[in-house]
Amino acid sequence: MLEAIILTVITAATPLLLASIGELVAERSGVLNLGVEGMMVMGAVAGFAATVTTGSPFAGILAGLVAGVLVSLLFAFATLTLVANQVASGLALTLFGLGLSGLLGESFVGKPGIKLPSLHIPGLTDLPFVGRILFGQDILVYISFALVAAVSWFLFRTRAGLILRAVGDNHVSAHALGYPVIRVRYLAVMFGGACAGLGGAYLSIAYTPLWVENMTAGRGWIALALVVFSSWLPWRLAIGAYLFGAVSILQLHTQTLGLGVPAQFLSMLPYVATVLVLVVLSGNRRAAKFNTPACLGTPFVPDR
Amino acid sequence: MRLELVKRAEMSRAMMVLSPLIAVALTVVAAAIVFAVSGHNPLTGIWLFFLEPVTSLWGLEQLLIKATPLIVIGLGLAVCYLSNNWNIGAEGQLTIGAIVGSAIPVLAPEFDSWVVLPLMVAMAMAGGAAYAAVPAVLKTRFGTNEILTSLMLVYVAGLFLDWLVRGPWRDPKGFNFPITVTFNPSATLDSFPVGGLWLNLSAPIALLLVIVFAVVMRFTLKGFEIRVLGQSPRAGAFAGFSARRMTLFAFLLSGALAGLAGIMVVMSEIQKLQPVISPGYGFTAIIVAFLGRLNPVGILVAGLVIALSYLGGEAIQTSMQMSSKVATVLQGMLLFFVLACDTLILYRIRLVRGRHGAGEGAHA
Amino acid sequence: MATAGGRARDTSGTPLLEVRDVVKTFGSNVANDSVSLKVMPGEIHALLGENGAGKSTLVKIIYGALQPDAGEILWKGRPVSVGSPAEARALGIGMVFQHFSLFEALTVAENIALAMPKGTDARKLGRTIAEVSRDYGLPLEPDTRVADLSVGERQRVEIVRCLLQNPALIIMDEPTSVLTPQEADQLFETLKRLASEGCAILYISHRLEEVRAICHHATIMRRAKVVSETDPTRETVGTLARMMVGSHVAEIHRERAVPGATRLELRGLDVPATGPFGVALKAIDLTVRAGEIVAIAGVAGNGQGELFDALSGENPAPSDGMVLIDGKPVGHRGVNVRRRAGAAFVPEERLGHGAVPGFRLSENVVLTRHGTREGITRSGFTKVAVAGRVVTDVTDRFDVRKGTPDPEARSLSGGNLQKFVVGREVHREPGILVIAQPTWGVDAGAAAVIRQALIDLARAGSAVLVISQDLDEIFEVADRIAVISRGHLSAAKDAAEMTREEIGLLMAGGAEKRGEP
Repeated sequence: MLEAIILTVITAATPLLLASIGELVAERSGVLNLGVEGMMVMGAVAGFAATVTTGSPFAGILAGLVAGVLVSLLFAFATLTLVANQVASGLALTLFGLGLSGLLGESFVGKPGIKLPSLHIPGLTDLPFVGRILFGQDILVYISFALVAAVSWFLFRTRAGLILRAVGDNHVSAHALGYPVIRVRYLAVMFGGACAGLGGAYLSIAYTPLWVENMTAGRGWIALALVVFSSWLPWRLAIGAYLFGAVSILQLHTQTLGLGVPAQFLSMLPYVATVLVLVVLSGNRRAAKFNTPACLGTPFVPDR
Repeated sequence: MRLELVKRAEMSRAMMVLSPLIAVALTVVAAAIVFAVSGHNPLTGIWLFFLEPVTSLWGLEQLLIKATPLIVIGLGLAVCYLSNNWNIGAEGQLTIGAIVGSAIPVLAPEFDSWVVLPLMVAMAMAGGAAYAAVPAVLKTRFGTNEILTSLMLVYVAGLFLDWLVRGPWRDPKGFNFPITVTFNPSATLDSFPVGGLWLNLSAPIALLLVIVFAVVMRFTLKGFEIRVLGQSPRAGAFAGFSARRMTLFAFLLSGALAGLAGIMVVMSEIQKLQPVISPGYGFTAIIVAFLGRLNPVGILVAGLVIALSYLGGEAIQTSMQMSSKVATVLQGMLLFFVLACDTLILYRIRLVRGRHGAGEGAHA
Repeated sequence: MATAGGRARDTSGTPLLEVRDVVKTFGSNVANDSVSLKVMPGEIHALLGENGAGKSTLVKIIYGALQPDAGEILWKGRPVSVGSPAEARALGIGMVFQHFSLFEALTVAENIALAMPKGTDARKLGRTIAEVSRDYGLPLEPDTRVADLSVGERQRVEIVRCLLQNPALIIMDEPTSVLTPQEADQLFETLKRLASEGCAILYISHRLEEVRAICHHATIMRRAKVVSETDPTRETVGTLARMMVGSHVAEIHRERAVPGATRLELRGLDVPATGPFGVALKAIDLTVRAGEIVAIAGVAGNGQGELFDALSGENPAPSDGMVLIDGKPVGHRGVNVRRRAGAAFVPEERLGHGAVPGFRLSENVVLTRHGTREGITRSGFTKVAVAGRVVTDVTDRFDVRKGTPDPEARSLSGGNLQKFVVGREVHREPGILVIAQPTWGVDAGAAAVIRQALIDLARAGSAVLVISQDLDEIFEVADRIAVISRGHLSAAKDAAEMTREEIGLLMAGGAEKRGEP
């Protein structure tokens, strides 16, 4: 039972973790991209379509990544090149992504998908309890953790990461020192798009190998909340994603227990939990203050 | 080659009018491309999508029916966005408004009086406002990000409605369909003929609201306060205005209007509750608000344009066997174009050739 | 070579930096019009000019942050093209910015690493920072976050960051504007030492006293052009000012104040700090009487902003009796109640606080005067015509230059906007005027007009409180002077009895002593 719960928590947490680690990097560079939901759902439809068409879930992963990057470029062009309002442009990206994915995915509704295979190492995977949890996951689960480690190392141990943080903290100074603010932000937004695309692809080729319209069901928004929860620190993000994964799995298991709580109320849990977590966190603003990128959401126009 | 922005000394008044028009023109071009790519004659597609729906009286009626909730919600959202309050949960406020407003006809179907309609409207507006008050209070009290909370509450509202119509409010004689009883006539809005069109009271109310909002925004201190706090909170405080009270005001107002839109849809079109009562009016109204440049009269026009895209989507579905989802894609694109074109109000765009300028060059 | 210490300038050698006929335009605005400049090795070279004279543009071109439209730059006799600040640093040009270019969330070491070439060893850097900073008398802790540093310490980071690149030329943009007189003296010692080691310094300032004290040579700019070059030691402050401004600046007329009744009074004003970086106000006592101007001096960030907010009511005091306007307790009341009681306020920041950038001037009249019962609003409606008449009156009296009758606030130049913002309040003939940084970043002509208006207002019977960091300005207008330091205010003393040294000591913490047991 416990093993089953942990396994399902992992599958619920992975798409959140993938999408939010990308957004964390984008926000660290000072860009607030509220279009995570849109990028995710595009990743989901592209991943499913490529998987079904080619027969390979790995092609699906790649397609999801590419789709996420492509739509993130729309946002980047509007907000970075044309300095459009970041909040409104993020909403536009979400509405656009939901619409386009619905259109592109119409012919795939109801088609059977192909599930991303899980790792199987004879001996290790067969170990009792820890075997499947540690050695029996699919590649995206391992990628999600690799990404957290890589982002953490990149941000705090490399010069490029230092530059990215500098751009997010004070774009005027970064520009004055000669750093390419806009280019850094383009790259950060594209990384965010790639990760959101992967998160979406995970939903349609690993979580439930199906395409359903709007199948992200607000996970992109929860990913955004997770970034706030983490106070822009990668490892705290992983903890947050797994906590949320646990909450959303809780409802499934509670339903099977038959407590008589209507299913709809249990389904509300992740959303209500998000609101509650945001409220608790905002009560402690002083702690978050240091890590919040000071330029988050503010446009930059160099004077020439 | 790259784009370079040159700041204008003052906002371009011409571009304030032109930018939404350019955005619409770009969307038409995008639509033509979509039609061409899917193997249709782009001109036929444009005719069917943008023009054919308004060539019939029935089409015009449908246009007004779809535009009305968009305009009503858009007006409230504009007040939010102008004052820098990001309410994106209008869809949820619409849902809760519709639920609260429907309580009388669902729970007391025998209650038959002229007060039912005004009561339903008042209750819907109160319900929508109360639901919008949640993110507003969380923002003013704890500094919680209102974008995320208002959005999360949309999902909660949708699930709540789903539970009601499948559970306690389900029509016992409804063959187990997830619907409530059909409202009795005292709880529905009748249509009446106006110059060949059959209209109900919703559209005139929306028009009246547009006029009231236009006057308030342009000529009153309240409108001034809304704009000051949005553009420059520090200057707003210096003028003696309270950003916190404005947050509450803007959310309550937009929530009430979303609730009003919700009950209008339920009273006139559906006449009962069901799991889905809105084709995303609350989200589409965000596009309407921006396309109308957050200006009441602009929102009136924008609401009609966006409503047209709904009808256009249906038209190409029946005539060209294309998906009606083309409409949502074009709506999303339109919002992108509007936001991008708004840049022209504050900046001139220059195309620069050759080497990169300051700061964007190679870093040693 | 210029001899260290001796102030004679030897121009026989190759200049370290030569700028020839540089032109830069922004749209229709010419910022640099055929500007030429020579900096010799080891000299402290002043670049003088009013705000908007084109100094900053020239410096940004030298530092590679802007590209010139025409002209050339020679470095050690060879023509170079400085494509970016990184290229400038590679040549040996460093810059200390006026508004610090530091990253608050990052540590001192990280801030410095960002200005170093790629591949710098991060661990070694920490040690080097500690060494160099000690060596030059600028002690720094590499692992502190910049957000936790004082203004003076931040400037040290900027300077050390510059020094670590072993520059041959350091550009300093208004370095003393944020320092106490004593801190400034320390800085001058560092600069003299650097010059004696052969490092040239391009020193941008409009403080003529200090230019005379430390610079070997001065280039003076006016309206985008170089108008003269001189040895500042052979000039007086007066002659330098004339070169800078061009014509005689209108003299300010000031008679002795005959103070009347107390109009503004602070009684033990205590305001807790808002936010982690705020300053708490501690038991501030002050009276301002009719007919006089009282000035509050102090280094930026010592509670001036908090004091202004407590006076204006944007952040009300904890109790009513802490702020009295004409004897009426208003400490707990909002800004419009205070305005109706006869007070008027001009904040430090013109755009975004005193005025909404994207609003027309008439709308900006509504901003501060909608609650004063002057007919600018009536039953909830704004009366644009009435506000428009105020704009006309203010424009006429204060000579506000603008392109159209009612332009957006942001389209006005700094000086004209400040004249408007001050004029908007003076036009009301307020009984009390609280004004922060009245002439910050304003050209000399506009500054004279504004200072005269303050004096005239006071002499007509109003009480005027000026909060300023500019000691020249304070001595020009104030009848009494108090000093604010870390939220404590010293007792206001007669301006004629105060010296700069005394004010400097109070700025550096002397003002606090009084507040402690």
